[in-house]
Amino acid sequence: MTNVLVCVKRVPDSTSEVVLTDDGQAVDGRYAGFTTSAHEECAVELAAQVTGADGGEATVLTLGDDDAVEQLRSSLAVGCHAATHVVAEAHRFGPADVAREIAAVVREHEAAGRSHDLILLGNDAADSGDFQVGIRLAYELGRPVVNGVNQVSVADGVVTAQGAGPEGHETYRVPLPAVVTVLEGGVEPRYPSVQGRMKAKKVAIEQRTPATEPAGPDRVRLLLPPPAPSDVQILGKGADAAPAVVDVLEKLGVLSR
Amino acid sequence: MTLVLVEIDAGGVIEVSRETLTFARSLGDLVDAVVVGDLGDAARDQLASYGVRTVHHATGEAFDAYAGAAWAAAVQAGLRASGATHLLAAGTPRGMEVLAHVAAREDVPMAANVLSAEGSDPIVVTRQVVGGAALEEMRLAQSPTVLTVAGHAVEPRPADAPGAADVVDLAVDVSEADLVARVVSTEEPEPDLSGGLRSARVVVGAGRGAGSADGFGELLELTELLDASLGVSRVVTSLGWRPHHEQVGQTGSRISPDLYIPCGISGAIQHWAGCSSAKNILAINTDPDAPMVTKATYAVIGDLHEVVPAINAEIRRRRAG
Repeated sequence: MTNVLVCVKRVPDSTSEVVLTDDGQAVDGRYAGFTTSAHEECAVELAAQVTGADGGEATVLTLGDDDAVEQLRSSLAVGCHAATHVVAEAHRFGPADVAREIAAVVREHEAAGRSHDLILLGNDAADSGDFQVGIRLAYELGRPVVNGVNQVSVADGVVTAQGAGPEGHETYRVPLPAVVTVLEGGVEPRYPSVQGRMKAKKVAIEQRTPATEPAGPDRVRLLLPPPAPSDVQILGKGADAAPAVVDVLEKLGVLSR
Repeated sequence: MTLVLVEIDAGGVIEVSRETLTFARSLGDLVDAVVVGDLGDAARDQLASYGVRTVHHATGEAFDAYAGAAWAAAVQAGLRASGATHLLAAGTPRGMEVLAHVAAREDVPMAANVLSAEGSDPIVVTRQVVGGAALEEMRLAQSPTVLTVAGHAVEPRPADAPGAADVVDLAVDVSEADLVARVVSTEEPEPDLSGGLRSARVVVGAGRGAGSADGFGELLELTELLDASLGVSRVVTSLGWRPHHEQVGQTGSRISPDLYIPCGISGAIQHWAGCSSAKNILAINTDPDAPMVTKATYAVIGDLHEVVPAINAEIRRRRAG
C-alpha cells in the first residue's frame, strides 16, 4: 500500500486575459475564474492510479484562501480520499515558504501515524512559475526527488518515474519515500462521476493555519508586458488569399524544394 | 564573477546556453562556465568565443547518468572554484532543475525565466510568470544570486574579445544521497515526437478550428508540402484529436521556428506561451480580432478548411510550373 500526498494550487484561469490586483502583488482571478494547473491535474490522476492499484490512501493538500477548498473537492471527486487545507494567502508565500509548509504537514501527519510515502507536485505552478517547490520540499524532508516526469508507478517500495529528457525517454527508479514533480502529457485526468462528486462533498477537510510566518516571495511587483502594437499585414480573405500567402512563403524562403 | 551552467549536445553549446552566456556578460563581471560530462574541442572553442575565462569541468562516474543532485554538487564546486557571486543557467528543464537544487542547498532564492536584470545591491530581475502573460520584478538580495534565463530573452552574440576558456577539472564531492534519483535508462525518442517540433524551421499549427479528429487532412498536406512539423493547441489534445507530443504551449512544447502558421487557433495565453518566439507568424483565422491575428506578422481572414486547400493547390501549381 502506497500512501500518496498530492499538492495542488488554486490558480487564475489563464485562458483569458490576465488582470492584476491594484497593489500589483497578485493576479486578480475574479473575472477569469480559477482552476488547477494542468500539471497538477495529471499529478492528481497519478495519485489516484497509484493508490487505486495497491489500496493506498491519496491525500490532496493545498495552501490557499478559503475558496481553494474548490480545488480540494475537485481532487476528492476524481480519486483522492482525504484533504488538507492550509488556509493562507498564497501570494504572500515564496517557494521556500510553501515547501516548508508542506514539510510541516508531512511531519505532523507522520507523527500522528499517517505516512506519505510518495509526494507528487506539479513541475511548476501555472501562475508564479517558480520551478522549485518540489525540489525544496525534498531537501526539507531529506528525500530524493525526481523532477518533470509524466508517468509514475509504484511496486515493491520503489517508484518508477518516466519522462522526456534531452536525449530521449528517461526512466528513474527511486526507493520510497520520495518526491516526484509531474508534467502534463503522460496520463489523461479523469472526469468526476456523479458518485465521485457526492462522495467528495462528504469528506471532512482538515483545516490548518500556516506553521510559520512566511518570509515572502521577494516580489517587488507584478506588471503586464506592454501590448505589442499590432502591425499585422492582412493578406486577404478566404481562398482568394492563397497566391499572396504563397508569395510570402517564397519571400521567407520556406518553399525551396 | 558570474558562473554559467552550460549545456552541451552533439552540436556543441546549445543555443539557449549561448543566449545565457550573452546575458551573463551583460551583468558586467567576468564569466566562467561549468560543464558536466562531455565537453569536446568544438564546444570549448565556442565557450572561448563567448568570452568565457575558465571552464570548470566535472567528469567521472558520478556523471555518467544524469542525477539532478549530483549536477548541483558539481555546480556548487564550480561556485567555490570560481568565487562567483552570480549563478546562471538557461531556462531549460535541466537548467531549472539543477539550479533549484543548488538554490535549496545554498538556502538562497532562485528566479526562474528571467528576461532582464538591473542594479547590483540588490539585483532586481524581471521574469516571466503566468506563462509569459505577466512579468514579476523580483529582488535577489542574497549571494550567490541564482537565476535561469528565459529562452530567447536575448540574441546569442559572441564576445568582442574572446576568453581564454582554460579548462580546469573540478573536484566534486558527490554523496550517495545525490545519486539516489538518477536516470537508469534512456530510450531514443521516436523520430516524430516533439523533438522535431521544437527544432522545426516551419510549424503548421491547428486549433479548435480543425473541427474534428478528421479535420487535419489538408493541414497535414500543407505540413508535408513545407517539410514542416504539425503543432496543435491544448484543446486539440484535450479533445483527443491529436497526441500530446504535438501540443504547443505553456504545458506543451515551446517552439521557435522561422515561420509558424497557426490555423484556427485563437491565441490564448496557454498557447502563446509556446509560440511567441516564432520569427514570423502567418495566422489563418475567421476572427480578425483574435489575439493570434493581432499578434501575427501576416494573416488571412477565413476558414482554414477553405484557405489551406487553396494554399496547397497554389504551392503545387507553382512547383509544377
